[in-house]
Amino acid sequence: MCDQTFLAITFGPCDNCSQNKPLMNIYLKNEPINYCSLCVELMACQGLAKGETTNTLKAESESLKAKLEEERAKLHDVELHQVAEKIDALGQFVMKTRRTLKGHGNKVLCMDWCRDKRRIVSSSQDGKVIVWDAYTTNKEHAVTMPCTWVMACAYAPSGCAVACGGLDNKCSVYPLSLDKNENLAAKKKSVAMHTNYLSSCSFTNSDMQILTSSGDGTCALWDVESGQLLQSFHGHSADVLSLDLAPSETGNTFVSGGCDKKANVWDMRSGQNVQSFETHESDINNVKYYPSGDAFATGSDDATCRLYDLRADREVAIYSKDSIIFGASSVDFSLSGRLLFAGYNDYTINVWDVLKGTRVAILFGHENRVSTVRVSPDGTAFCSGSWDNTLRIWA
Amino acid sequence: MWNSFKFVKEGWIDSYMVSKMSSKMVGSNNLAHAKRMVQQLRVEASIERIKVSKASADLMRYCGENAKYDPLLMGIPASENPFKDKKPCTIL
Repeated sequence: MCDQTFLAITFGPCDNCSQNKPLMNIYLKNEPINYCSLCVELMACQGLAKGETTNTLKAESESLKAKLEEERAKLHDVELHQVAEKIDALGQFVMKTRRTLKGHGNKVLCMDWCRDKRRIVSSSQDGKVIVWDAYTTNKEHAVTMPCTWVMACAYAPSGCAVACGGLDNKCSVYPLSLDKNENLAAKKKSVAMHTNYLSSCSFTNSDMQILTSSGDGTCALWDVESGQLLQSFHGHSADVLSLDLAPSETGNTFVSGGCDKKANVWDMRSGQNVQSFETHESDINNVKYYPSGDAFATGSDDATCRLYDLRADREVAIYSKDSIIFGASSVDFSLSGRLLFAGYNDYTINVWDVLKGTRVAILFGHENRVSTVRVSPDGTAFCSGSWDNTLRIWA
Repeated sequence: MWNSFKFVKEGWIDSYMVSKMSSKMVGSNNLAHAKRMVQQLRVEASIERIKVSKASADLMRYCGENAKYDPLLMGIPASENPFKDKKPCTIL
């Protein structure tokens, strides 16, 4: 049972004792219920074993944390960059802006590639969601959302729909039609409902399910057709800013990162948080899996990107430089996982050698912070979106 | 306490929107929270781990095996990359 309590500003009859009191909205087995604080405490006490008090539990959690650190430290025999010394260093990289996509009237907040490797969906602060053809820079579709700050957008695996959401607390799916004159907004389907802004969304391997993360601290898995909540994931203690699904076809885990500086790995079927990493010093803005699925990278406001290995259960690399003082907003790996592209709030994109931990290139071009960076599905190029209202394709 | 509401920190939106959307973690619900923490830590402490040397070797091996298929790493000729400009045509 995973439940998380929020202090809500509601007052009314408690579902348990029926008295009129300030209520807490909590989730039991994914169902929302309203209990007064006394009933919540009584319920928690019933679950206690003999002799457990807050103090014994606190002491046990401290000792478990120490044991966890000890176990992790035992296996820390070498650093990744030391093991990587024997491989050749990378040569000079020449990457230039090959296309500039202009058309958004305001900050570009998010983008996603279609699996056909040429279409891109992007969303911006003014509520516009645009589907582009990256080869020709033509706009194929444009939708105006009823809310501003559309922070999340995703392309469906089939290429037939896009999902987006933001300050409206919802994730909406728009089926894309070939008929350019058709009003896309009319076919909109509201799928997810959160109690705070939607920060990130992603389709799973099919068009039928969507995973969302929200400023309310939870992630959730939804069925697109019915809009039903299939599973919710509680465990973050602050806004969740990003999520990424494990790359394997049969994979059923995902990683999420948030303002509580933690990156959590979840099992999608059980809703269980299986691993947690807390070494960043500030909000984690973006998380991305390594192509093999054994590791993931994070970009954070503490101006570093870090690589965490799932099987070693620890951080194995930090990508930072004294000269980089602005937060990293977005990260993505190249196809082989050797390069990490990171967009920063100082308007640049840094390219890191994942294994050696060194920076191989800095890319200039954007005139405001880089908000999103994604490598194309076949790895031939990557696209960056920025607060300067444009998207750039680099190759 | 919610100690980092992202939008307030970044100064992105007006304060009136913050008051509509604020949500806080309950500090007074210590017992349920502590019990959850302990259960979570027990789960995390019990997983199987491997050495960093083995994990690093596997990451390096994956990079090595896939490096040749990585266009951004290896560079592909302009004629094969739809984004790179081909040589300009001359009209005879």
